[in-house]
Amino acid sequence: MYRYDEYDQAIVDARVAEFREQVERRLKNEISEEAFKPLRLMNGLYLQLHAYMLRVAIPYGTLDSRQLRMLAHIARRYDRGYGHFTTRQNIQYNWMKLEEMPDLLADLASVEMHAFQTSGNCIRNISSDQFAAAAADEIADPRPYAELLRQWSTLHPEFSFLPRKFKIAVTGSKIDRAAIKLHDIGLELVQNEAGEIGLKVLVGGGMGRTPMLAHVIREWLPVADYLSYMEAILRVYNRHGRRDNIYKARIKILVNDLGAAEFARQVEEEWALVKPLGLDPPPSELARIAAHFAPPVLDANAPVAIDLSNAEFANWVTVNTHPHKAPGYAIVTISLKAPGEIPGDASADQMDIIADLAQRYAGDEIRVTHAQNLVLPYVRRADLFDIWQVLKAAGLATANLDRASDIISCPGLDYCTLANARSIPIAQKLAVKLAPQEADLGELKIKVSGCINGCGHHHAGHIGILGVDRKGEENYQLLLGGSGAEDATLAKILGPGFDENGIVTAVEKVIDRYKTLRAGPAERFLDTYRRVGAEPFKEAVYG
Amino acid sequence: MAEVYRLRTDPEHTAPAVPLTDYQPGGTAVQLEPDEDARLLVPHLGALKRIDISFPKFREGRGYSSARILREAGFTGEIRAVGVLYVDQLSFLVRAGFDAVLPETPIDPAVAERTLTRFPFVYMKATDGLQPVWALREQASA
Amino acid sequence: MPRLLTGNRLETGDVLWWAGSDWSLHLKDAVAVDDDGEALLARLLPEERINDLTLIDVDATPDGWRPRSTRERVRAVGPSVRPDFALPSLPVEAI
Repeated sequence: MYRYDEYDQAIVDARVAEFREQVERRLKNEISEEAFKPLRLMNGLYLQLHAYMLRVAIPYGTLDSRQLRMLAHIARRYDRGYGHFTTRQNIQYNWMKLEEMPDLLADLASVEMHAFQTSGNCIRNISSDQFAAAAADEIADPRPYAELLRQWSTLHPEFSFLPRKFKIAVTGSKIDRAAIKLHDIGLELVQNEAGEIGLKVLVGGGMGRTPMLAHVIREWLPVADYLSYMEAILRVYNRHGRRDNIYKARIKILVNDLGAAEFARQVEEEWALVKPLGLDPPPSELARIAAHFAPPVLDANAPVAIDLSNAEFANWVTVNTHPHKAPGYAIVTISLKAPGEIPGDASADQMDIIADLAQRYAGDEIRVTHAQNLVLPYVRRADLFDIWQVLKAAGLATANLDRASDIISCPGLDYCTLANARSIPIAQKLAVKLAPQEADLGELKIKVSGCINGCGHHHAGHIGILGVDRKGEENYQLLLGGSGAEDATLAKILGPGFDENGIVTAVEKVIDRYKTLRAGPAERFLDTYRRVGAEPFKEAVYG
Repeated sequence: MAEVYRLRTDPEHTAPAVPLTDYQPGGTAVQLEPDEDARLLVPHLGALKRIDISFPKFREGRGYSSARILREAGFTGEIRAVGVLYVDQLSFLVRAGFDAVLPETPIDPAVAERTLTRFPFVYMKATDGLQPVWALREQASA
Repeated sequence: MPRLLTGNRLETGDVLWWAGSDWSLHLKDAVAVDDDGEALLARLLPEERINDLTLIDVDATPDGWRPRSTRERVRAVGPSVRPDFALPSLPVEAI
């Protein structure tokens, strides 16, 4: 994975020194909160309901064991012993103190990590496919392209005060695990007949108040011109994106207002102006970065056949591992969704255990998924049983990947100042109720958000739940039929909302109806919904 | 308004900036609002000595693009950021092409000095002529 | 209806309740500010030491103050999903 050189390290160290001084000035009242707030936000520090919350960037969701151990250390030293992995492949700490932030950021910098631009109206952490470099279905590893973007977007002088936040995802596979159609910019690596890699560029996707799917504005962008083209997109957005209404300030609104074709034309026009300025690094820079992402040396003789006589283990292998591009290897997903637990939360001890496993068995890499789970990307099948036993002892061997109890949830009103309703308790109740029958239900993605901003991706849920405030009471809307994958669709609201218990019952009714409607055991809930439409489910819930 | 914080050594061009809508060819100072197109000034860059760009709100970011566009078009006169701006934004402003700031609250020159020298390297090209790290890496490996 | 003054301490982010002459970490110590709320805000805001200063509506109950909004009850107790961190002013179930 990527390693900092002297330049990267110097920039991160300077950022720590800068924020140390800014915090000092604030604590001495030399600057007002009004002036300081944007500064702390650009360092990922929010003020939430109970304390400050720090969002640490995990670029494209990739960590090594040393970094994960540092995240565990931070949880112990500065927080209350746990952290929350987010739908943007980052980690959040909930109990931060402003006065301790400079030391914390220095600790992070010591393992080549930071909190740059994890909030604010700037280009946020670049997200990617959690199976990068390991998936059998991949054209190329997307992470070098993501790292190039990370560097280009860090402290960008023109794009640090955009109309609104800006999220970019990169994938190298036709199977979309990065939800590229739901990002401000989605990039897909594609290959032409000559075998060259280029980028397909999608713009204007997003969830939140006005969910939209992204439009393709360029089928083929040569890699050599990658950054100047991004520069052109961002400039068009920075100049023309709406700033009069925060709810209409995302690029999706601009793309929608102009039409994708006109937006693309404006980008091409701007690109023609900026391309000759020499903004693109030479190919050697991408090659330098890509060399860092070379997979570990794999065992060419790793056995494919393994002992699956332990039924519980065999089930975990079936549910929580994916095919690897190397024979005899598997990709392991560690579920952070034990039914009844808080989705995405991991204790410091659990982080340490996973770091040890990654170091010992998995090429020293860990990935964070947008579904709030962790991945060991390079595991010999022959080591799976040992890993499973360690995970089981740590409460981390839940075999529920992409099933009913693998629920995405934002922090909601238990932590977040923006939330209108609690989301975690809904996820917990649903997970406990649905876990016993989830094997029969197959793939079912339930996603819960505590407000319209949609950090819980409710619009991309096969079943989505949105918490709202109704006359001072928490109320929950039910949405069906969303997908964040390559077949992306936006979930639609089924009908009037429910209270906390009502929404759980409503989801159970939807699932019961699905079981009577499905064409066969292989037909997922989403497929059934797409085939029969919303009516039968409406009748089941409200009839 | 506080005093102008200036990074140029040439004498200050003190003519009042006229709004873009009132600008006449040959005018030497103009004020550009966030929603006004900097490219309209390109034919007049020879005559202009100072361009003031407004930042009515902290969140306003269009001026960064405006300044950069003017520098990319070859403007060498003063580009002054005017409005709700803080010392901590200085390095963004300077890299985008501003060389003077007229903020609402005064800029402490000592803090400004530290802010402007804080980052030893930059990741991307802008208008200030600094070499991005990819160019430094290229040179180091050549 | 009684009103309380609340905010978060700049240095730590801790939730604070105005207790008459100083701040307390506990809702149970809060003193209703009622009509003095705006004057208190006007005095404390320029000091820039407490963030997100807000006046909130509460009901007086036999067990003490009960904030009207779920949000403020969560602030007073802690995350409902982490009862192990709960502050003592209200039972977690009261959220």
